[in-house]
Amino acid sequence: MQAVGLTKQVLSGDQPLVILHDVSFEVETGESLAIVGASGSGKSTLLGLLAGLDVPTSGKVLLHGTDLFEMDEDGRARLRGELAGFVFQSFQLLPALNALENVMLPLELAGAKDARRRAEISLQQVGLSARAHHLPKHLSGGEQQRVALARAFVTQPKILFADEPTGNLDAATGSQVIELMLELNRVQGTTLILVTHDEALARRCGKQLRLAAGRVAQ
Amino acid sequence: MSLLRLSLNLLRRDWRAGEWRVLLLALVLAVGSLATVGLFADRVRQALQQQAQNLIGADLRITSTRPFPPEYREMAQKRGLRVLESRTFPSMVSHRDQVLLSEIQSVEPGYPLRGKIEIDDGTAHVAQAIPARGTVWMDERLLRRLDMKIGEEAGIGSLRFMVTARIVKDIDQSIGFASFAPRALMNDADLASTGLLQEGSRISYRLMIAGEAKQVIALRAALQDKLSGNEKMEDVRDARPEIRTALERAEHFLGLAALTAAILAGAAMALAARRFVLRHLDGCAVMRCLGAQQGQVLWLFLYQFILLGVVSVLLGGLMGYVTQAGLVESIPSMREAGLPQPGVLPLLKAAVSGFALLLGFAFLPLLQLRKVSPLRVLRREMDSPEASGWLIYGLALLVLAGLFLWHAGSLKLGLAVLGGLLAGLLVFGGLAWVLLHGLARNAYFFQSHWRHAFNNLARHGRSAAIQVVALSLGGMALLVLTMVRADLMESWQGKLPPDTPNRFVVNIQPDQIQPVQDFFVHRALPIPELQPMVRGRLIAINDRTINGNSYPDPRAQALVDREFNLSYMERLPAWNELVSGKWWTERRNGQLSVEEGIAKTLGIRLGDMLTYDVAGSTFTAKVTSLRKVQWDSMKVNFFVIATPELLRDFSASYLGSFYLPPDKVRAGDELSREFPNLLLVDTGAVIAQVRNIMDQIAQTVSAVFLFTLLSGLAVLYAALLATQDERSHEAAILRTLGADSRYLRRLHLSEFAVLGGLSGLFAAAGAVLLGWVLARFVLDIPYRTDVSIWFIGAGGGMAVVMLAGWLATRRLVLRPPLRILAAD
Repeated sequence: MQAVGLTKQVLSGDQPLVILHDVSFEVETGESLAIVGASGSGKSTLLGLLAGLDVPTSGKVLLHGTDLFEMDEDGRARLRGELAGFVFQSFQLLPALNALENVMLPLELAGAKDARRRAEISLQQVGLSARAHHLPKHLSGGEQQRVALARAFVTQPKILFADEPTGNLDAATGSQVIELMLELNRVQGTTLILVTHDEALARRCGKQLRLAAGRVAQ
Repeated sequence: MSLLRLSLNLLRRDWRAGEWRVLLLALVLAVGSLATVGLFADRVRQALQQQAQNLIGADLRITSTRPFPPEYREMAQKRGLRVLESRTFPSMVSHRDQVLLSEIQSVEPGYPLRGKIEIDDGTAHVAQAIPARGTVWMDERLLRRLDMKIGEEAGIGSLRFMVTARIVKDIDQSIGFASFAPRALMNDADLASTGLLQEGSRISYRLMIAGEAKQVIALRAALQDKLSGNEKMEDVRDARPEIRTALERAEHFLGLAALTAAILAGAAMALAARRFVLRHLDGCAVMRCLGAQQGQVLWLFLYQFILLGVVSVLLGGLMGYVTQAGLVESIPSMREAGLPQPGVLPLLKAAVSGFALLLGFAFLPLLQLRKVSPLRVLRREMDSPEASGWLIYGLALLVLAGLFLWHAGSLKLGLAVLGGLLAGLLVFGGLAWVLLHGLARNAYFFQSHWRHAFNNLARHGRSAAIQVVALSLGGMALLVLTMVRADLMESWQGKLPPDTPNRFVVNIQPDQIQPVQDFFVHRALPIPELQPMVRGRLIAINDRTINGNSYPDPRAQALVDREFNLSYMERLPAWNELVSGKWWTERRNGQLSVEEGIAKTLGIRLGDMLTYDVAGSTFTAKVTSLRKVQWDSMKVNFFVIATPELLRDFSASYLGSFYLPPDKVRAGDELSREFPNLLLVDTGAVIAQVRNIMDQIAQTVSAVFLFTLLSGLAVLYAALLATQDERSHEAAILRTLGADSRYLRRLHLSEFAVLGGLSGLFAAAGAVLLGWVLARFVLDIPYRTDVSIWFIGAGGGMAVVMLAGWLATRRLVLRPPLRILAAD
């Protein structure tokens, strides 16, 4: 993945506000990158652009050589479905679906025929087979994040985007989740792009990108 | 396919979570109310069709004063239609020393072609044939007035006939005064030997035709041009116009009432759809993030909506069918009438309307879901995507307009009601917004929870205004159902009080006025007010000579070709109302007052000069007023009334109407015997039928308003649900900041009190307005309003919304805040 001159500017009242300014970097396949910085430094904005969830004011993101922003929104969605997995701070499980169904969701959206079987395997990998039929509201925070991990890895993504994956968890649970995520990452050879406050976690990634006021600080 | 499965899976889960309940409930109510009215009206219409066929005994009837050319019969037979002839004439019927002028009808075997005659020949039953040769059937009046019993002999013409049955239920009567003379039915084969068929006899010939509807219509068209001036064609459309009009009017009114329920349901659906969308934004963002394309997201929810639509339409249709069947069962006269089963068309119409509502009120909010940004997974504070307001409101408006026009059956009525409704919504919504902001600005006068409540409401000004409007509509339905309906029905049914005249007495000569009045005085009967009647033919409007050919409209032709009944009087009758011009005062020239309906038919305007021919001499006078006449008042009415000096010198007879109590029926017979030239017309049957229809409509109105009420409650429920998430979130934050449950309860109750009070006031205003519109334009009755409606509206609105709100939020104030915030 390659980011070239990414800039994001929004209007705050009548004044333009630069959130990201000319950010460029490169991540090789299988590498891990931690984006760190203080609150409001533009970490989540950058992650959103890298994942094609938002469009920049200028600059481009090349994923396996394809410019994300030359595609329309549906094209980017298709690409996300094929290549990317996501883990969020607030888990983002669908409350109406049980754990198994949440894991099946990306496979079903992609039209996979063996969604259930693959989802069951994925849940087994995160140690939650016994909770497969529980709704998110009946799972603890750590369990919910493990379901989210199972969902992220079930499509065997080439790249995993994680936004403060331990932000809503206590230290012990957070640490378990991180171990699991890094393990799955290693086994599947996935590229990992992670936003975090946690310096210790950042140090475990191959590369770090420090942001300050929307600019790359190092 | 997996998308469909996923969609159904989501639906199943959402259903369990209660997300769909309000939408389903609202749509079922909408379809249910439309189906009830549609199915009910369809059955009544079919029954009326049957009654109308009974009334003329055929599908098509031609009446003439001369025998018919054989060609008519051949034309009908060529089309595979059944044809027979009957002849009706006045004749004396004698029994012992009594003689009575009666209407005799001679009929051919096979008579009647439509409907059934019921007779009593010892046992009451439907007649399977016509009277055998040498026998007659007589109606109750004839038997009573001749003091006859079945099995005795009566003389008609030069023959003697055995009376073998009493006619219990008669059909095929002529529409006019003659039909109210006592009747006897005989075999046509006997007619020649009675010696009554002579040159100059006053015989009315009837050619009766029945068969396949298409052929009947074709024959009618083919005969139209062949008929001579003295031949008159009637089909079921011509029978009982006053009842048909009443039914059509009632049907439109009921249709609009049902549509009000449907619109309320639409409001509930819109609120529920909005909540649905808000609650699914995050899920959609996640799906977009996981690779779902816009189309996939849309179809995921479209499948659910389509399924919901189908289920609701089926349930609503079933509900409508059961309700109308229950209605028919609960009204004795309808139960006994053995109404035909309704057709499927009303169900289809309700189903299409249901889908249109779903499209208009829920579909566009749904479209927002496909536009949700996947970035929302990182930034939950992002605003929800807004579909174009114009598009949403435009589509809803378009759907509403279409439905109104379709159901109202008249562009004018549909537009008027729709316009009124929209204006009401805008005014109420705007007022609510202004008032809520006004309260918030002046909140420093109040205690802190009130201040907080006002600010909350003002902050959500638009959504609070929408809630007030929706609740007002529900409240309005409730008030109309309870207070206004009772008043309206009382006034309307009061139009036909128990002493409504049930007899007309016609052909009183000037020298008989005093003796006739004495007759009434001696028998302690109310004296009828007698009106003079002069017969004249309209021959010119302004300087233009007119005749039947001057008008393309057959009704106008018939009116001009015959003589009008003119009258003259000093004062406007109480049951007439001036719609334009002025009634005459002391100083005047010859002036005319014309009924507005006939004026429209004949193209007469205020200020026109009309020329009449009365017994060979003519007069011309100016139209100085147009009147509205209550034809169903059962009182004497005239199309044209003149100033007395204009008609006083022409020879006139007098007529009047009066109420004859059932225990004094014999007084009517005595009047006829004492004054043989008088024609006494019994209108009791017509009154009974009109009253019956009024009762049926009153019952149906109640049922339809019940739907409106339920829909109003659905709106309340949806409105509470729509704000519950936000309320819950706010409660959690306030709890965290130290607010106790008492404070929260007070805060919520204050908000609900303001919402309920405003809604109640608006509801009362709407109910008063709607009551006035119904009274003035639909039921045509004076309307008085009760001041208590305002207090009951505001107080009731406050109480109901506070109670419902308390029930909905009482758990919120007790839940630990962290659980709510974590769930958020």
